[in-house]
Amino acid sequence: MSTPYADYQDYRTGEAIADTKAPDGPIEQRWNRRRFEAKLVNPANRRKYTVIVVGTGLAGGSAGATLAEAGYHVVQFCYQDSPRRAHSVAAQGGINAAKNYRNDGDSVQRLFYDTVKGGDFRSRESNVHRLAEISTEIIDQCVAQGVPFAREYGGLLDTRSFGGVQVSRTFYARGQTGQQLLLGAYQALSRQIAAGNVEMHPRTEMLDLIVVDGRARGIVARDLLTGRIDTYFADAVVLATGGYGNVFHLSTNAKNSNATAVWRAHRRGAYFANPCFTQIHPTCIPRSGDHQSKLTLMSESLRNDGRIWVPKAAGDDRPPQDIPEDERDYYLERLYPSFGNLVPRDIASRAAKNVCDEGRGVGPGGQGVYLDFADAIARMGRAAVEEKYGNLFEMYARITAEDPYTRPMRIYPAIHYTMGGLWVDYDLMTTVPGLFAVGEANFSDHGANRLGASALMQGLADGYFVLPATLGDYLARHPHEDVDPDHPAVHEAVFAVTDRLYALLSNNGDRSPDSFHRELGELMWDECGMSRTEEGLRKALERIPELRAEFWQRIRVPGSGEALNQSLEKANRVADHLELAELMCLDALHRTESCGGHFREESRTADGEAARQDEEFGYAAAWEFTGVGAAPVLHKEALDFEYVHPTQRSYT
Amino acid sequence: MNLTLRIWRQQNASADGEMRTYQVSGISPDMSFLEMLDTLNETLIERDEEPVAFDHDCREGICGACGMVINGQAHGPERTTTCQLHMRHFADGDTIDIEPWRAAAFPVVRDLVVDRSAFDRVIGAGGYITAPTGAAPEAHATPVPKPAADAAFTHAECIGCGACVAACPNGSAMLFTSAKVNHLNVLPQGAPERESRVLGMVEQMDAEGFGGCTLTGECATACPKGIPMPSIAAMNREYVRAAAKR
Amino acid sequence: MRTLWGSTIGKKTVMAVTGLLMLAYLLVHMFANLKVFFGPEEMNGYAHWLRTLGEPLLRHGWFLWIARVVLLAAVVLHGVSAYQLSRRDIAARPVKYQHQRRQASYATRTMRWGGIILALFIVWHVLDLTTGTVNPRGQEGHPYENIVAGFQNWYANVIYSVAMLAVGLHIRHGFWSAAQTLGVTRPGAARLLKAGATLLALVITAGFLSVPIGVMTGVVN
Repeated sequence: MSTPYADYQDYRTGEAIADTKAPDGPIEQRWNRRRFEAKLVNPANRRKYTVIVVGTGLAGGSAGATLAEAGYHVVQFCYQDSPRRAHSVAAQGGINAAKNYRNDGDSVQRLFYDTVKGGDFRSRESNVHRLAEISTEIIDQCVAQGVPFAREYGGLLDTRSFGGVQVSRTFYARGQTGQQLLLGAYQALSRQIAAGNVEMHPRTEMLDLIVVDGRARGIVARDLLTGRIDTYFADAVVLATGGYGNVFHLSTNAKNSNATAVWRAHRRGAYFANPCFTQIHPTCIPRSGDHQSKLTLMSESLRNDGRIWVPKAAGDDRPPQDIPEDERDYYLERLYPSFGNLVPRDIASRAAKNVCDEGRGVGPGGQGVYLDFADAIARMGRAAVEEKYGNLFEMYARITAEDPYTRPMRIYPAIHYTMGGLWVDYDLMTTVPGLFAVGEANFSDHGANRLGASALMQGLADGYFVLPATLGDYLARHPHEDVDPDHPAVHEAVFAVTDRLYALLSNNGDRSPDSFHRELGELMWDECGMSRTEEGLRKALERIPELRAEFWQRIRVPGSGEALNQSLEKANRVADHLELAELMCLDALHRTESCGGHFREESRTADGEAARQDEEFGYAAAWEFTGVGAAPVLHKEALDFEYVHPTQRSYT
Repeated sequence: MNLTLRIWRQQNASADGEMRTYQVSGISPDMSFLEMLDTLNETLIERDEEPVAFDHDCREGICGACGMVINGQAHGPERTTTCQLHMRHFADGDTIDIEPWRAAAFPVVRDLVVDRSAFDRVIGAGGYITAPTGAAPEAHATPVPKPAADAAFTHAECIGCGACVAACPNGSAMLFTSAKVNHLNVLPQGAPERESRVLGMVEQMDAEGFGGCTLTGECATACPKGIPMPSIAAMNREYVRAAAKR
Repeated sequence: MRTLWGSTIGKKTVMAVTGLLMLAYLLVHMFANLKVFFGPEEMNGYAHWLRTLGEPLLRHGWFLWIARVVLLAAVVLHGVSAYQLSRRDIAARPVKYQHQRRQASYATRTMRWGGIILALFIVWHVLDLTTGTVNPRGQEGHPYENIVAGFQNWYANVIYSVAMLAVGLHIRHGFWSAAQTLGVTRPGAARLLKAGATLLALVITAGFLSVPIGVMTGVVN
């Protein structure tokens, strides 16, 4: 086959891009200065402005509630039947804040430092510092809303340590921190909905962005119950639509999480930054067969007491209890004697993949490693283990029907979070004026790797505190003008949406949306998953356009567009995944270094660990869309590290 | 496993529905109930029939989107959400009846999908603490006794799936509403709006057309999160107390 | 008060309070009925004393009339609330599940029918032993004789016995339900209340049933 696809890999490097909004000067004064320099909208004028918020997770829910409180007219959307179901609800572990309640030496400075270092020096210092500053206010806000954080007997808040950090700064509500924080934001939002300040559209999915005269002025959305396509206009549009982990099909994301909103925005001019930075979580429950529809994560706190091992011999399929001690390979303890089972997420994940690739994996398909609590039970007693991990063991037993108290658990890494996303400046505005991105949908704060318990912190920081301050500046500079509903850009956007839905419904092929999603996911997992090679990425870059062509030839979507049609929703999302996947692979191909969640086999240290190449790749890669299958343009944003100096990570 | 499924099919809210029978084969006991339905839907698409519509999202038991009545029980035979119910709890050759949540306040939208927006309006009628962003005092300014914090958490675990309403012979939302009222009312932060909250939410609950409580206990038996029955009694007390003060 | 009467919880509260009031009355009534085993003087004397209660503050017979008014109000409020709530409950669940499954306990499921049976019984009972209209003897001031005469009819025994079983079931669920409605949440209270409800139901049913059994077996004549 000739390779028309080679064009795509032949990307061009365009002009550098810079964040022009962050003030300079001492880092601890930048956020204050930015807030002071921001123009304000007169409170009496705020109701004249309409702001569209897409998504109701931690970032979207908190943004919608706060903007409505401030007096703006908010029109908000979610595809779920209720804003309370956004996937932030599933976050387990906790939320970081530099409160230093433990008097253990924590500070804004230290949280800032940990996050920049944890992000493997691919995040923006000013953003991260602001995040660390705001972290303490978030806890105050959530407590005032009635979030039932864990408490000590004295009535004060409890914290725990998380993700290898040396201070105890993670606030939590048992294993359901995300749920509780989301309920807080949702309740605040509900109050504004009931007061008429937020016009809420549940079961409505954004399918395109309307850009008029270079500014984001609205969206095209489909009512999922009636199929009605409507346009909504606003003075600014905020995307809080989460990450794109579902490109991999199997991930810990919700089944309906999708990249359509960000991808449509990208197609309309918003640059997409660092799409190859995806995070893989090491302690998920392995798939049980081809029917698997999603993966379930278990808190990585399990690694504090569990020991990870596989049989020494490949193909050893004896039950774990029959494998004698000297025929087991506790490979993390062997390879990383000082950190052992507690190495960071990416290292633990890759090590598991390596032993499975050697044929030593356990369980169905050899895609799993043992996480063994036998020693912990012998040491602490069963009761103590139950007290600490009981709910996780119960979850494991329910899903696998195996008793983790008597038989080691099987775990395997899974896609969990995406650090990449729409490029935003310090004000969280994308390259399309008036289009903002918050939470996991943007790229900036976590660099190449996110630390545990930082996603909730960032989502709420963006929604409660950052966006309401910076959005006002934009609105103050752009007095309200009505959008002409007959503007050609509006018609064009509506047409693009209806045309595509029609194409999906009328194709009458022979393959289901899910079959394409699975095939794409397997390809991405194999070639753009835990470790990546030039060869594999080129292979994927050849295969994806073929698969996309096949999709449009063979897709079959039963039913009509004028009713609830979940196959149509799915097909439309998979179509976007098929485009985004290509950009992810290209980004991974161009970044020949290893850093954070991005591991290139070619870029390793002498002992086989990830080797960053700061001189060449110390930038964020922001990609500009030029057409489907056409080579995008790369814009580099140089990253300066004035306060935290890059060092190579070492855990041996 | 091979199974016979009898599933409620209904084109839209105004159409008549009926139970329709389907055969599925090759079901693994490790599949979740929803994965079993995925399998059915794939075969339906192959036959160019419309797949069965059902709500689902996180598939890990926390978002509260999924829910169907399986053999007459909300979320089926295990005390968990439908997405966390596995096929190993059924036997080869079983016939399984699958119906949507039934309640006047939860009209069927299509097949197994119902409209639960009434829950959101109950929350909007007072299920919050008025705490505008930025106005919060330092988190440690008000200590919360651990028992109060734990009680709040127990109630706050509610995922709003609606199984309590579906299981109740009166289609009552008392367990849901009480979980939400108590979560906030036991906390010192919730005290200033204690009365208006319970009065507003109960009024909205009634206005949505949910039935009253006759203490059958079906709701608490069906609740995948174990919200306890005394939650309802606690709300009753809050309500009478607030009504007396008004 | 308007808030209470306007809401489902408020109506349940009305039912709980009136129910407990009637339960207290039943306990006294049942206890007094046992006097039938000690002969006509004891029984008729008690009936006479009831009319003198509260004298000289109240005039003769006033106490009884006050009690009757309060009880009537309780019955009416209880019944109206039950009717309105039941209609609402039935409307809230218009479509039944195709897969039927036994739900709740027998006592719980029979509250509505039991209530209707009891309402009808109360009418008959008043006509029988208060006004004497349907009583074969119906002699004012002679309850003992009226009782003995009344239970000579087989159908009176059947009506009475069915009603007393119904009242037992009604109390068994109703007492526990009223406690919940009035907000008893103390841990461990549920088991105690359920046991208490069962005990109350048994005592009241057995106590009331002992009278017709006594008449039928000739212990009372």
